[in-house]
Formats: sequence, structure tokens, C-alpha cells
Amino acid sequence: MAELQLLDGCTAATEAAIAAGCRFFAGYPMSPFTGLLESMSRRLPQAGGICINAESEIEGVNMALGAAAAGARAATGSCGQGIALMQEAIAEMALNETPVVVFNMARNQQDYFQCTRGGGWGDYRTITLAPKDVPELVEHTQRLFWLAERYRAPVILYGDPILAQTQVGVRIEPRDYGPLPSRDWILDGSGGGTGKSRQVWTWAMGKVTNPGPGPDGQWRAIAEKFDAVAQAEQQSESYLVDEAEIVIVAFGTAALFVTHVVDELRSEGIRAGVFRPITLWPFPGPALREATRNARMVLVYELNAGQMLDDVRQWAYDRDAIRFIGGVSIHTSGLTYGPLLDARVIRQRVLDAGAETGVTT
Amino acid sequence: MTELPVVDTSSPPAEATLAARSHPDLILGEHGLCPGCGEPVALRLLLEVLQDLDVVSRAIGVVGHGCYGSFVQIMDVDVLQCLHGRAPSCATGIKRVRPGSVVFTLQGDGDMVNEGLQEVLHTAARGENVTCVLLNNGVFGDTGGQQTATTVLGQRTKTSLQGRDASTHGYPIAIADLVAALSGVAYVARGAVSTPAAVMHTKKLLRSAFEHQLAGEGFSLVEILTMCPTGWFVPAGDGPGYLEQSMEAEYPLGELALRSRS
Repeated sequence: MAELQLLDGCTAATEAAIAAGCRFFAGYPMSPFTGLLESMSRRLPQAGGICINAESEIEGVNMALGAAAAGARAATGSCGQGIALMQEAIAEMALNETPVVVFNMARNQQDYFQCTRGGGWGDYRTITLAPKDVPELVEHTQRLFWLAERYRAPVILYGDPILAQTQVGVRIEPRDYGPLPSRDWILDGSGGGTGKSRQVWTWAMGKVTNPGPGPDGQWRAIAEKFDAVAQAEQQSESYLVDEAEIVIVAFGTAALFVTHVVDELRSEGIRAGVFRPITLWPFPGPALREATRNARMVLVYELNAGQMLDDVRQWAYDRDAIRFIGGVSIHTSGLTYGPLLDARVIRQRVLDAGAETGVTT
Repeated sequence: MTELPVVDTSSPPAEATLAARSHPDLILGEHGLCPGCGEPVALRLLLEVLQDLDVVSRAIGVVGHGCYGSFVQIMDVDVLQCLHGRAPSCATGIKRVRPGSVVFTLQGDGDMVNEGLQEVLHTAARGENVTCVLLNNGVFGDTGGQQTATTVLGQRTKTSLQGRDASTHGYPIAIADLVAALSGVAYVARGAVSTPAAVMHTKKLLRSAFEHQLAGEGFSLVEILTMCPTGWFVPAGDGPGYLEQSMEAEYPLGELALRSRS
């Protein structure tokens, strides 16, 4: 077993990425993502890899696209506005099928739509994993490199300042997620002059001697691929939801706080449980539907104005049972969460919502 | 009434047949661009140089967006067709993870100087060991003749109908001169494809650029002035003359930077 190391989330993600074979990283500083860029620039060269302090997010993501097209396990990252700048390239990678891991070490939970809906063009989706703590961040990082290559698509890790900066004891060892498809598509130059040279191209028209599917065929195939991903890759965690009267839906770090509150409420005889989407896309809708089958209340707690709320509304067993108890809450610095991320505040909001409908008194 | 001679058009003239037969092995088929376009000539030079240098089996191209974008279908080279303007960044990623490969970009003036100015400048300043090839015709050819950042003063385009006027549209950017001034640059040159002599000279410039890359000396850029009679609204046969009169005055030909970092 690998040794236990005390690492902050950024360093842990770096070590996990290296263990997963990542050898190229390019990014532009933006806190709290900055720590990941710094640790990548320190560690990747030692591991035989390359880290570029790109001159902009747009250049960073396109460098990663190029590196991935040339066959490297590549990653980039940023948060919020920086990820916004990358959206064109994220869509491009989805449509031209280059596997890149994008670390969104976000400032808060306001990037949910950005991660799960995307701001780019075309019929694409981005697999998004939201770890609740640093050990899960390690596992998700390793899995994302596998998922990116398995589906030849950009994938997103949705972190936050707490994950980025908290030091936790973790063990990092290689993980095997199963076989990967052939890499015969990568551009290594060897196709030149053979009449079978390769092409990575969103429009996929191929060479005149070997025509590709073209935009219609390519984009239909991409859409079908994401339909298949949506079925195959949903992940969630249910905690004490069986026979729960109140099911609270939360993701990432926020779900840890909610779990603590639920433990407290349970000890007081209040039947509460937690449903945590691990994959934000694909959203684990059927599992949520099942987890809320017997609930009298479905409370949604997220640190934004209600973004995941849309998905919960789509899938909860009883839409009328849904109440939103989250909200926008930003620290005065603008760089991390505000006072709403607090177990006492969450507890009060749960009790208030329960009192309103008579579930709690 | 004078009797005109009957010309047999059942087969191409002997010269055309010869030219068609001698196309480089790396061109898989016919281009679909307009009569009089300079871009297919530039493509041919580029591919001939790759072949002359015997680097075809380790060459990787990154192609931007413009009329030349359709070349990805007829170039027998491994190619990434990238986002508009981003080719130098993609080329950076490719070259860094495959330092043994020969990496080039193929971009137009709209791609490199409008949309991707930041990319090419930073890539040059980093001294990335890649070769950027700019096909500069001073106009957005693919969308039908609008003004770009390299449109020369006085040139009429669909978005500067009275001719580019500095007080309204600003001044053109001489990107090769700008890049030549940066540290990290090994080689910068500007050629043209308007005459047979210019074509042969441009081929030498391209070869020099790739030789610098092969020697690991840093960033290289070759700007090639290309005819776009369609976008210039002149008869196809007038393209070369228009290029020499209007563009070469603004963009003189020759080597602009030639240095070794070692």
C-alpha cells in the first residue's frame, strides 16, 4: 500500500494526475486554481512531463488540446471566468474528440451551469465530477484521465477553495479502471506520405482519398456518444435516505456539511437523509428519483442561486416537495464561500423548511 | 471576317499536363479554390519543402480557418484543424510532447493577425521550436472579401468600400516585422507567390525556416503574400500585378530575422 501523505488538495490532485499518466499541463494563474498550477509546474518536470505557465487561459487550453492530439495525457484548469474563456476550446475538444482533463478549482458553487451545460457551441456535454473531500479528489482525478481517454472527450473536475487548500492524509497509487480504446487516431506525424495521414478535425471531412463522416455524421455520432455516457457514468451517494422524510440534495464540499447536519438531526429523531450527485453531468436522475420516493420534503442546498435545482426539479419523485435552502454566499474577498456554508445555518434552514410543512416542529 | 484558329480542347496543353504530373506526392487531390488564388501555390511549396527535407513522416500540421482550411483534405500529412487563431498554441502543445516531430502552422492573415495575434506573439516570444506559415492576402477571402488587420491603406473591401482609411479603420499590422523584433525568434522572412522568381525565392525561405526548427534554434515564421483576385475584386490574371503594386510596398520581401540562439 502506498504511504500516507499529508497533502493539500492541489498537491494531491497533482500527484494523482501524475499517477494517472498526466504528462502535460498548461494553465494561467487564478485563485484558488493557482495552487494547482504551482504544484504542477514543480512536480511535472520531475516526472518527465511538461508544465507551461500559459499567457492566457485560451492559450493554455489550446496547448492542452494540441498535446492531447499528439497523444499525451494532458490537462488544464482555472476557475469561473477563466473556465469561461476556455469554453470555445472545451466544445471544440468535445467535437473533435481530444481527451483533456479540465480542473475547475472554483471559488464557489456558481459554476454548476458552466460545468454541466457548457458555454460552447454544439451538441456536447462534459462529464463533471464533484469530489466531497481530498481523498475523493484523488480518486476522481485518476478516474477523469481514464474517462477522458475512454470517451475521447474533455472532462471536468469541479473543486473548490476548501478542497484546494485543506491538507488531508491521502494515499496515491495507480488505479486500473479497465481497458481503453485504441490510440491509433493520435497525431504523431507517421501518417505523412502514406496516403493514410491522420486528421483531428471537428468537421471530420477526412482526406479526399479517405473521406470522413463529415459534420453531419460526426456530430450525430458525438451526440449518440454522450447519450451513451449519460446512461453509463452516473454516480451518486445516498445517505440515510431510506424512509427519510427529508432528503437534502447537495454536492461537493457542501454535501459534507449537510451530512454533518443530518447526523445531528437523526440523533434528535428527525428522519433526514442526504442525496449527493457525484457526477454533476451525467446527473444521477433515476437514483435521485428513487432516493426521494418516500420523502415528504426534498431540500436543495447549494452555494448559488439555484442551479442544480433545475436538475432536481427534473428528477425528484415529487416536484411539489422541493424547497430551495441554498443561496449565493460569497466571502468579502470574492475568492471563497460566504457565511451560508455553515452547519448551524444549514440546520436552521432545514428546520425552518420542515416546520413550514409540519415535518419538523 | 477573320477566321479564328480552332483550338483542340479535348485534352490539356502539354505544359499543363507536365505541371500536373510533377505535383508533389503529398498532394492527394485538386484544391477547390478560385482561379488565380495564391494559396495552393504556397501549399505546394510547403509540402515540397517537407519532402525535400525528408521530414514527411514526422511532420504535424496545425491548420487554421480560411480558404486554405480545405487543404486539410488534400495534404498527405498528419493534421490538426484547430480553432480560429489558436494554431500556434496547439502547435506548442504538440511540439512540447513530441520534440522529435516537425511542427508547422498554416494560417491566414485573418487567422493569425486578427483572431490569433496574441497566440503568435507569445509563441514567438517563448521561442517555441515551431514554424508558423502565414498566407497573407490582406482580406477575408473565405467570407467574401472583408477587411483584415493586414488590409493595406486604400484597399477596397466589403467593409471598407471607399478603401481602407487610417482615420476610420486604423493601420495595417506588419506581423512579420513585429515578430522579428522579439527575442526567442530564430528566423522570420516574407515571400510572395506572384511571379516564378518570387515562388522559387519563397521556397528557399520556407526551407530555411524548417532548417532552423530542425536545428532546434527556436521560433520561425514565414509570411507569404498570396493573390486573392476574388477578394480584391480584380480579374484573376491581374492578381500578381495587384499584389506587387499594393501589398509589396507595405510588406517588403526578404529575410527579417536570422539568428541562432546557441
